[in-house]
Amino acid sequence: MTDDSATDAGWYGGLEPGDLEAAADAIESGTREQPADWPTLAVEADFASSPEEYYDRLHEATMATTRQAVREREGADDRQLVHTVRAMDDCERTANELAERLAEWAGSVDPEAGTGIEYARTIAAREDSQNPRLESLATRIRSLAEEADELREYIERQTPTIAPNLAGLAGPVLAARLISLAGGLESLAKKPSGTVQVLGAEDALFAHLRGHAPSPKHGIIYTHDAVRGTHPADRGSAARALAGKLSIAARIDHYSGELNPELEADLAERIETIQARHGTKTADGDTRGGDDE
Amino acid sequence: MARKRPTAILEVGTMSNLPSGVERHQFDGTERLATRGNPVYGEPTDGEWRAWDPHRSKLGAMCELGMETGLEGGETALYLGAASGTTVSHVADFAGPTYAVEFAPRPTRDLLSAAESRPRLFPLLADARKPETYAHVVEADVDVIIQDVATRGQARVALENRRFLADDGHLLLAVKARSEDVTSDPNAVFAEVRADLEDGYVVLDSRRLDDYHADHLGIVARPR
Repeated sequence: MTDDSATDAGWYGGLEPGDLEAAADAIESGTREQPADWPTLAVEADFASSPEEYYDRLHEATMATTRQAVREREGADDRQLVHTVRAMDDCERTANELAERLAEWAGSVDPEAGTGIEYARTIAAREDSQNPRLESLATRIRSLAEEADELREYIERQTPTIAPNLAGLAGPVLAARLISLAGGLESLAKKPSGTVQVLGAEDALFAHLRGHAPSPKHGIIYTHDAVRGTHPADRGSAARALAGKLSIAARIDHYSGELNPELEADLAERIETIQARHGTKTADGDTRGGDDE
Repeated sequence: MARKRPTAILEVGTMSNLPSGVERHQFDGTERLATRGNPVYGEPTDGEWRAWDPHRSKLGAMCELGMETGLEGGETALYLGAASGTTVSHVADFAGPTYAVEFAPRPTRDLLSAAESRPRLFPLLADARKPETYAHVVEADVDVIIQDVATRGQARVALENRRFLADDGHLLLAVKARSEDVTSDPNAVFAEVRADLEDGYVVLDSRRLDDYHADHLGIVARPR
């Protein structure tokens, strides 16, 4: 009775009733093409004495499994993301700084010396040791750069589970940066979209508020194609439209968490309209005029 | 305080094709659909009955509009796109064993609290587009599949999950036009979904749910 592997039998195959940990594992990771009459089969396999008892056990097992799965998926929470994105930036910045130092140092010994992280990688990979100190420094730079890459991968994996709509609209890394700048998903969700529009442009914003600079049109969202790919004269509009959708996405992510595929299409449509004004993008764009200005 | 209509209890009544376990009750002077169970989302209650809001539930809207859902009460159900459990909690109130599949963790947290007091409601955090990830848990030959997923390819989800449905079972599907394609005309989207469904189902009835849900179509179908 315990020889059924969880992959070709029901979830209860080989389980002791009441072993919720093993049940969670079986429910979460099991797969099977076709369903079967599990209540009857489970009784035949002595997993339960009656279908009623089977359902009791199924309820207990699915509750425990799903509770655990939700906790895990949500425990990958926005706070972790904030730390990750900041650590990634620190690693990148430090690696670049050290790479500059390395280039300067290496240039004093070798007139052919290159620059940047790529050069550090070359030095670190050097087979014949010429200058142990230089090579050691290059190795540290390479690891820092690798760490930054891994942090980025982590962000790309985690952001969609924490903020699916925001990640869909902004891309995982920009989404994580916005959450980081706001100090968390909840605070981002509570910010007016005008604030989201200039997150990351605080210096320019305060200069403006002190009265000696024009108001910033965009902050970190400048890196989004919707802004960058738009004619400079229309970037303010594009940034405003994008920030509006991003705020909505953050609110859905924080308050409901359900994926809303309409947002992306809404944004694309809006940006297309804006870009059509100066023919930045498609010439065949839509003909429906009507602007929000 | 609320007055019960005598016909509501007999249920064999004239106009009603509500499953047993679903009745019309008076809440603050208006007659509304209701099921018996623990409140889930702050809905008004009348004794052990709680109002089933058709504005918040597409299946509720289908029942309210008098569609022939084929539901009788007590059936084994597979609910795809359970979200926070608003509708599935009502289903579990009148149906038998009810499997609730939801993909997003945050609403599933609320689904769990709805399932707490419902011993025949089985919550599963899984992707309805991948039935092979829950076929080892959900039993075969369920009497009804209720589907309300906000994703592209809603017909495909229904076809993929056909494997769970008994040959004489029903599919109750709420199609959200804007999930398929925001830019096209809802009617065109509905026609396309219906056509795709024909691969595995025969559509028995369909009706726009616009009174309660904009750009939604309710479909009742049986497996082909």
